[in-house]
Amino acid sequence: MGALSHIRICDLSGQLAGAGATRYLAAVGAQVIRVEDPVKQGTWDIVRGAGPFVDDRRGIEFGSGFNNHNVEKLGITLDLRTDRGRELLRDLVAVSDVVTENFAAGVMARMGFSYDELRAIKPDIVYVSNCGFGAWGPHSAFKTWGPIVQAVSGLTFSSGLPGQPPAGWGYSYMDHMGADIMAVAILAGLIHRNGTGEGQWIDMSCTEAGTTLVGPDLLDYTVNGRPLRRDGQPDSNRSHAPVRVPHGIYPSEGDDNWVAIACRDDDDWKRMAAVIDEPWATDPRNDTLAERVAVQDALDARISEWTHTRDRYAVAESLRAAGVPATVVARPEDRIDHDPATSEWGLWPTAHHREMGDVRVDGIPVHFSETDWSIVHGGPCLGEHNHQVLSEILGLDDIEIEQLAKDGIT
Amino acid sequence: MNANSSTGGGLAGSLDGLRVVELASEHAALAGKMLGDLGAEVIVVEPPEGHPSRTYGPFADDVEDPEHSLWWWYYNTSKRGVVLDLATTEGAAHFRRLVADSDIVLEGEAPGALVALGLDHPALRGADERLIWVSVTAFGREGTRAHDPATDLTLLAGGGPAWSCGYDDHSLPPVRGGGKQAFHIASTWAVMAALTAVLARDVTGRGQHVDVSMHAACNVTTEMATYGYLAGHETVLRQTGRHAMPTISMPTQMRCADGRYVTTGFPPRSQRDFASLVEWIETLGFRDEFPETMLLDLAVERGGVSIAEMATDDLARDIFGAGREALCFIAERIPADDFFLGGQTRGLACGVVASPEEAFETEHIKARGFQVEVEHDAIGRPVRYPGAPFIMPASPWRISRRAPHVGEHDAEILYGEILGG
Repeated sequence: MGALSHIRICDLSGQLAGAGATRYLAAVGAQVIRVEDPVKQGTWDIVRGAGPFVDDRRGIEFGSGFNNHNVEKLGITLDLRTDRGRELLRDLVAVSDVVTENFAAGVMARMGFSYDELRAIKPDIVYVSNCGFGAWGPHSAFKTWGPIVQAVSGLTFSSGLPGQPPAGWGYSYMDHMGADIMAVAILAGLIHRNGTGEGQWIDMSCTEAGTTLVGPDLLDYTVNGRPLRRDGQPDSNRSHAPVRVPHGIYPSEGDDNWVAIACRDDDDWKRMAAVIDEPWATDPRNDTLAERVAVQDALDARISEWTHTRDRYAVAESLRAAGVPATVVARPEDRIDHDPATSEWGLWPTAHHREMGDVRVDGIPVHFSETDWSIVHGGPCLGEHNHQVLSEILGLDDIEIEQLAKDGIT
Repeated sequence: MNANSSTGGGLAGSLDGLRVVELASEHAALAGKMLGDLGAEVIVVEPPEGHPSRTYGPFADDVEDPEHSLWWWYYNTSKRGVVLDLATTEGAAHFRRLVADSDIVLEGEAPGALVALGLDHPALRGADERLIWVSVTAFGREGTRAHDPATDLTLLAGGGPAWSCGYDDHSLPPVRGGGKQAFHIASTWAVMAALTAVLARDVTGRGQHVDVSMHAACNVTTEMATYGYLAGHETVLRQTGRHAMPTISMPTQMRCADGRYVTTGFPPRSQRDFASLVEWIETLGFRDEFPETMLLDLAVERGGVSIAEMATDDLARDIFGAGREALCFIAERIPADDFFLGGQTRGLACGVVASPEEAFETEHIKARGFQVEVEHDAIGRPVRYPGAPFIMPASPWRISRRAPHVGEHDAEILYGEILGG
């Protein structure tokens, strides 16, 4: 039994920012019923059918991102442009605990499923919407996806090297974090409902969620009037709070190979200096943080000279053995195929997809002692569970189910 | 309407009635804040001299003392604080009493540290089947790497995110995303797991132990870098201000006339987007300076261009290129905010690369009540904080109190509610 096997979610969300939230809930046992559009063959979700691919096959059943983001969910199709399609969605809402979506603001209401309509169907429904700027406000109609949310929330700006443009995040970090925070919203909404019997509409703005992740820099501005847009900032490979030196990403032997090293205190540095064992490192003048801060650029240059002729794993392991936080900057293959910490955790479970077969996917970075997660089923093919859901949950008979398919409702 | 207020209109938060005892740490502090802001009663336990994160800057009014750390302030809202020396008999006894009165223990101690003190989950669970215990460690509490030293930098570098972040120029190093995000990722997972355990307990009556690995959390927060490798053995390459991909894509981040940047995302393809672009160019008076506008006119006439067409149709490719060029052309000639608002009000998805303070001062955020004020006696004035990550009107998120001073609630908690109670 999963932790949430008593919870049913009517899930209209997609991409990663929405699908990632219900993915987790499905992995811990919730029955997540993902509703897709048969007319557009589910392609509202841009990763349905998008690469990378497991082999030469292409099409809506072969997107590896869709498979990854929708493991353990049931998938049904309903044409919500039709009366019968909307009626079936109402029937599903009536037996669900939660409704989730990450459409643009206003889309649900235009489809006839505003919160007022949802709660008329199921008074204690927990309805969670997640869109770029939230459901209301001057910018609520603006279009976003991960990189835009990251840009407008302050996260992109915060990542970079001095004198360079913003480096930002090389992926949709806020799709992940948006999904995770959306999962928190769903869980908190359920706990409130269980305690009070009361449902609600939880309105999540992914941009605001993003801005909660730059807190101390923001307080430096609101308290001290000191903006992050200032000379020398951002400088995000170094550590300014707390001040730590040396602290950075250094080149190592080979092509585009790097090691990250973080000395937390004077003792870390002394141990690192002993590993380096050269006069510039063991010079006692470097023993204090104040001195290392004063010579940081020169020290970093020396460290780069030392690292760049050495194997990245050898550097990281020699420092770690001395108790200094250090690591290779891991490529995907390093951390997926050659890292005992991920394999021992069971972090890459194999999920079976009806068309793609067995594919490894992201696991869950949490283990529960009593009700742990399970991922064995891949993402649903379009309408894969129509019969199961219509029959077992909505109580339709085979003739009705067949007719719905013929009529293009499912 | 201002549902996102600091007072919440007097309604209880969604986690009202849950008591959490948190051992102060830098990496799980956000988890405690999230639980507290959602209405749980959180007691953060520090060593007698205060937690080391109180020495992290920046500091309010640049006063470097434990009561002015903005790090401490931000991550410890909605908590009361006590100091305990867990190595002493009295401190350990107080901690046991706190745990006995709690629903959730949240801790980020190094693996084995609490075992050595006799204060780990098996030792303290006792007869309390309902206790939920959340451990947040770098690599999980067991395993080959459980005792490897780690920091935010090494977690983001070793766990995957940093490989994908940086610049087209690969002589520059990969970049750690700013803001201690490894701790944020792990803390968010800790909250997801803790609340999951609460819901499971509603059914089973039993609590459980929850093991959160920061390294694992970073590993599954990398989007295509991971699933692309798992599915297709592809290795992504970092690219300036845009998605890391197995191949090099066209730039999407552009420098505007005021030196600030915007991100344009995917160039226009639909008829409607091309029509908006033409109208924008004309409104700005750029038609003559940008002769490729003719190609955009063609795009409107033919109903846009599709990705599929570009494989075989040179004109479609030229049109698509002209759309991208048009966005660059406009960006170079107007300020970043004008580009953002001008594009978005025309339905063109784009974003301004805002610094945190710029992100915080928008009319949109103010209208939604995202700026909340918290009283701070240490500096004698209220401070504006970022507000709710989501608005839940029936059980509002709220900062119920500023971060505690060192030992601020010792008397009321240790000698009032527990020993006295």
